[in-house]
This record gives sequence, structure tokens and C-alpha cells, in this order.
Amino acid sequence: MAEKKKLDLERRAMPKQPPHIRRRNFREVAHGYTPELAIAEANRCILCKKPSCIDGCPVDIDIPAFVRRLAEGDFLGAIRKLKETNCLPAVCGRVCPQETQCEESCHLRKKNAPIAVGRLERFAADWEATQVQLQMPEMRPPTGKKVAVVGSGPAGVTVAGDLIKLGHKVVMYEALHEPGGVLTYGIPEFRLPKQIVRREIDYIRKLGVEVVCDYVVGRTKTLEQLLDRYDAMFLGTGAGLPWFLEIPGENLCGVYSANEYLTRMNLMRGFAYPKSSMPIKRHRRVAVFGGGNVAMDSARTAVRLGAEEAYIIYRRSRLELPARVEEVENAEEEGVIFQFLTLPVRLIGDEDGWLKEVECLRMELGEPDASGRRKPIKIPGSEFRMPMDAVVVAIGNSPNPLIPRCTPDLKVNKNGTIFVSDVKTGKTSKDKVWAGGDVVTGAATVILAMGAGRAAARSMHEYLTGEKLAGTTSEVTKS
Amino acid sequence: MFKVVKLQRMVPNIHLMEVDAPEVAEQVQPGQFVIVRGAEGGERIPLSVADWDRKAGTVTVVFMEVGASTGRLARLKAGDNIPTVAGPLGKPTAIASAGQVVCVAGCYGIASMFPIVRALHEAGAEVTVVLEARGRFLLYWEDRMRVLAKRVFTITRDGSSGLRGHVSGLPEMLRQAGVAPSQVMVNGCTFLMSQTSKTLGGLGVPITVSLNPIMIDGTGMCGVCRVSVGGQTKFACVDGPDFDGREVDWKELLARRKQYLDEEAYLCHRASCARGV
Repeated sequence: MAEKKKLDLERRAMPKQPPHIRRRNFREVAHGYTPELAIAEANRCILCKKPSCIDGCPVDIDIPAFVRRLAEGDFLGAIRKLKETNCLPAVCGRVCPQETQCEESCHLRKKNAPIAVGRLERFAADWEATQVQLQMPEMRPPTGKKVAVVGSGPAGVTVAGDLIKLGHKVVMYEALHEPGGVLTYGIPEFRLPKQIVRREIDYIRKLGVEVVCDYVVGRTKTLEQLLDRYDAMFLGTGAGLPWFLEIPGENLCGVYSANEYLTRMNLMRGFAYPKSSMPIKRHRRVAVFGGGNVAMDSARTAVRLGAEEAYIIYRRSRLELPARVEEVENAEEEGVIFQFLTLPVRLIGDEDGWLKEVECLRMELGEPDASGRRKPIKIPGSEFRMPMDAVVVAIGNSPNPLIPRCTPDLKVNKNGTIFVSDVKTGKTSKDKVWAGGDVVTGAATVILAMGAGRAAARSMHEYLTGEKLAGTTSEVTKS
Repeated sequence: MFKVVKLQRMVPNIHLMEVDAPEVAEQVQPGQFVIVRGAEGGERIPLSVADWDRKAGTVTVVFMEVGASTGRLARLKAGDNIPTVAGPLGKPTAIASAGQVVCVAGCYGIASMFPIVRALHEAGAEVTVVLEARGRFLLYWEDRMRVLAKRVFTITRDGSSGLRGHVSGLPEMLRQAGVAPSQVMVNGCTFLMSQTSKTLGGLGVPITVSLNPIMIDGTGMCGVCRVSVGGQTKFACVDGPDFDGREVDWKELLARRKQYLDEEAYLCHRASCARGV
């Protein structure tokens, strides 16, 4: 028995670009751990007998096992362990809300120094990318079954990766010209470099998944027509329909949905205009409505495009911000101005139809509402105006209605999400069709979509072969 | 990749492109559009479908050269490959099977009106086609329309073909020809559609316009194509592109369409410089 280790409560910080530099470029904010930092951080893990971090992970990564391998300097072993249950570690290490998942349940959190699981996960994945020899998983022999995966975001990629390893033929359809879904069009380069997304997609291509872009399922072919070609289908089409506040003036020029604003920048590389062919405006004063990660992404994008003032306008207070704490801090460091307890009520334009001013109301917090957060209440007579060149509405998305509209026998819930009989399987009301991710839950996180994809893949495999998989898919492929 | 089968200049600034896209060709209906990218890294350009050949697996679009991206498209040649032809998108046009339908078209809209005229004719409606242009030199496909339509009229600004003037002369023209429309359909630039809607709005019949706002994804995701119709916000890409022109907020649409004129002009000059023009 080794001598009991002294507790190391110094959570290793991740080197970052300084705010005054990064607010003028689109390169990734955080540089990631060096091997020395990663080993030091991993060595802080006390390897508790009953690790609770795994319970906090929606895809059940064996966190102590991969952290231990990192601590021993066995980077290859660490990434192998991660990839057993997570096919997108480089993405999850960057965008997962670890503070409410694995890191929240870490025993060291009580001492305010949880193991930086996300940073370690990111390190292992990035280390692998620098290696010449990519580790290929074991593949089962072909089953002769064909599966269509609709949507190439986190849910779709997980299903495709799991099912191809189990020996099924997989074709993944994407409506846009580049795969990756929200990872490609939504999350900015400075938070998730597109090169990483391409690397992950290349990986499942190497496993044998056929990726078909520019294919709008529902329109290019109906579900019915595609089902003639496949034995089963997974819908992972995400939450792509932007909400607006439905206040006067929202169709003025200079008012964007966050989807539009971010798609112009990320998918269409508008930040490179005029070197890219996507025309964009460099607004001086930009207001972003909303307090989630997408709102932070939008405001930080506006800063990088040269906005002199970029605001987050949020109707509740700082405590209720749904965005990750880390992203809120990053935004503040970069100069984003927060206007809490403020509700936009009207957008005012000029004669040419361009946005000129935003009229807002002050709010105060009342009793907790159904979400458990204190309800914002309007303060009568508190109207005030802010001169503004652009507004980005980032208050949420619901599923794109295109597929339900083109598929009358696919049952849809009132809020537009696809009905599934059991979230553990993701089976829809339609024969041979499963669904998972934001299209079922409404806008949520990358990791939850992956968890849903994993569950659906298991259920689809059982449907296709009759074999019930115990535990994780990867455990079965190993045996 | 999608192979260009044919690229042809129809009239000055307006080009026809036929492209190999069997999955789209098999599915497309009149009134739908495709998103085209002419090059990797290029813009996503929404173009109404003008014709198709389901057997050969090709789709035809007709577009106007207005900027850098459409300029690049116009310089493609048969045999070239383009990275994106996605669709068919939008709701198909509702085709009447009876009554007198007046189809007003101008510019690239002449081409996208063609499959609508064909479908109306096949469904049993009596079709009157009105083609509008600045001069005769900008008219095309009049012959193709004559085969299908009961009457074909032309209106030119300079009087070089048909009635001299603008669509404001439509009510009188239709009255003289004894045409009492049960429905009007308009394809063309936003100005033509708004003017026709105003001129014929008094008839009390539906005026179906095919809107062409700025789009990015074309699948209902970005919302840049939103238009006010009857006081409600609609996404032209998935709720349309067809709406009743009497209910469209034209002023808002015209303003929204112009949002990026400066930036597009800059791109266009830049592209010309790069080509040494």
C-alpha cells in the first residue's frame, strides 16, 4: 500500500489567450494543458473507492480510469479509455458543462477544487490528434443491415459511430454543405475550432460511415422513400428553429436570430469577409437578448468583429444566467457589458427600415417560478431606450418542423419535439424510426444528445439483430 | 459534386444552368427552389427551379448575374462540377385545375413560371401568360409559353414588344382581352411582384407571389428570410416561397433585401479586380 497522498487542492489553470488579444481574433481562447500540467492535474485525483464523477456523466465515461492513466503518463491508454464510451472527446472536453456534471460530483469539489475532468479529456483527445497512428477500434463483422442517420450533429455522429462498430452499414445525411450540425454552424471557432469537428467527422468516415451532405431529408426524399432503402433510421435533426420575442420591430434590418448571426460567421466564415464570400456587417453597438451559451457566443463574436459596445440583455439576474460560468467570465473579460433585469419590449427603426433604438423595461425578481428560479416582474413606468445598430435574439430554439411537416404519421409533441415512447430507447411512433438529441428534448447540451444517441443505437441494434447489449456498446465490441 | 450539363446565356445578364442532380430531379415540383454553391467556400444561392428531366436526372435553373457568386456561376462550363445543389426546397406551388389563371413573369421569373404554366395547363386551367421586360431583347421562352398558354402577352418599357409601359397597364389589357382572372400568379423581381399585387389587388382574387428574400440555409434555420404576411412573421424558405401578394409587407421586404448591397458590391468589384477586368 502506497503512503496516503497529501491532498493537492491547486486546480491547474489552463493557459488562455489574454483578453485584450483574443477579443480581436477568432482563434481558440484556451490553449489546453501541456503534458506536465495534465499529469500534475491528473495526479490530484484521490481515486476514491466510490467515484461519483461517473454518475455525473451522461455517457458514463470511466473517469477515474482515464485520469489514472494520464497521471501515469499513459496518454494512449487514457484516450482509449475515453473513446470506449465517448466518440467526441475533443468536443466534449471543450463544450460540456462539467461544473454541473462530473466535476460537480467530484469529492474534491467540497474543497472547492474538483478535478478538471474536461480539461484532461480535452488534453487526451488533442494529444491523440498529434499522433501519426490513429487508434482504430475493433469492428464487428458486417450484419448486412443498413441504417440511415439524419443529421450529423452530436446525436447523429454518436449513433453512426456506435452502429458502424456493431457491423451495420451507416449512411449519415446532412442538409447543409458541411457536417457537424450545431458544432459546425453554431459554436464559434474561438470556443470549438472547426478543425476539431472535421477531425471527429473524418474519424467516423474512416470507420466506414458514408456522409452525404446537401441532402434535405423530408424534401430531397421523404422519410417514407428513404425507409424503402434502409432497415432503420435515426432522426437527430436538432433544434434549429429560432425563437423571436415577438415584439414590435423584430423584422427591422439589423435584427438577427442567433442562428443567422452565428451561421454567417461559423459555417459561412463571415469573419473572413471580404476574403470569404459571406457578406457581413461590422456593427458598432450590438445587443444580444438572452443569457445562455448561445447568447455569450453571439456577444463575444460581436466583440471580435469590432463592436465598440456589445451588450447581454437578460431579464433575470446574474445568478439565473443559464450560460456556463466559464463562458460568462470569458465574456466579461473580453468587455461584454451585462444588463441584468432588463426586458426588451420594442425595437425602433429609421425610415429605411434599419434598427435605431431598443426600448427596454426594468425588472425585479419575485417568487420562484416553475423552473425554480425567481420570476422576473416588470417594473411599471421603467421604460428606457438604448441606441443600437444591431440586435441578436438568442432566447432559444425549437426543433425544425420540416421533417414532421413532411411526415404526417410521425407523432410530435405540442412544443414541436418528436414524441418518443421511451427516452431510454428513443423509439418514435413511426415504424423503423428512432430519434434523439435536441429534436426530442428541445435545445440542450452536446453531451445529452450523445447520451440519447447511444441509447438509441443500442435499441436499434436490438431491433436489427435481436441481440440485447449489456452495458456500453464498446464493451460488447471488445468482447 | 454535381456536374454542370449545360450553361447558356439566355439574354444579357440572365443565364441558364442545367445540372446533374438525380435525387432532386426525381422529387421537384413547380414553385420549388434549390440552394446552389458554385464553388467551395462560395455563398449558398437560392434559385427557383425552371425545369427538370426526371429520366435524365437533371435540374435546370435560370439566374441573373448580380454579384460575385452569380458571376462565378455564369462563367461555369458544361462538364464543370459544383459542390452543392440542395433541394428541392420550399412548398410546391398550389396548382389550380380550373378557372382562368393569369401568370405574370419577368426577368429570371419567366423561367420559374414555366413549370407552373405547364402544370396549370396539364391540370386543366386556362392560362394567360404576361411577360414583362425592359425591351424585347430581354424576353425569352415566349415560344415555350405559347405552346401551353391560351394567350401570351408581352409588356415592354420601350414598346419593342407588345404593350408599351409597365404592369400598371395590366387591368386594361386583361379587360380588352376579355380575361376575368380567378387567380393571378407572379414570378420575378420583388418590385414586379409588389407592383402587380398593387395593380391587380382590386380584382379580389388571390395573387400568388413567389418571394425571393435573402436566405442562408434555406431550411428554416436562420430566419433571415422572414417576411410579414397578413401581420404575421413567416419564413419564406419553409412557409413559402408562395404567399398572397395582397398581404405581403412589401416595404419591409424591399428593405430587408437591400441589407447587404454595399457588401455585395464590394465583393463584386474585388472579384472583378482579381480577374483583371
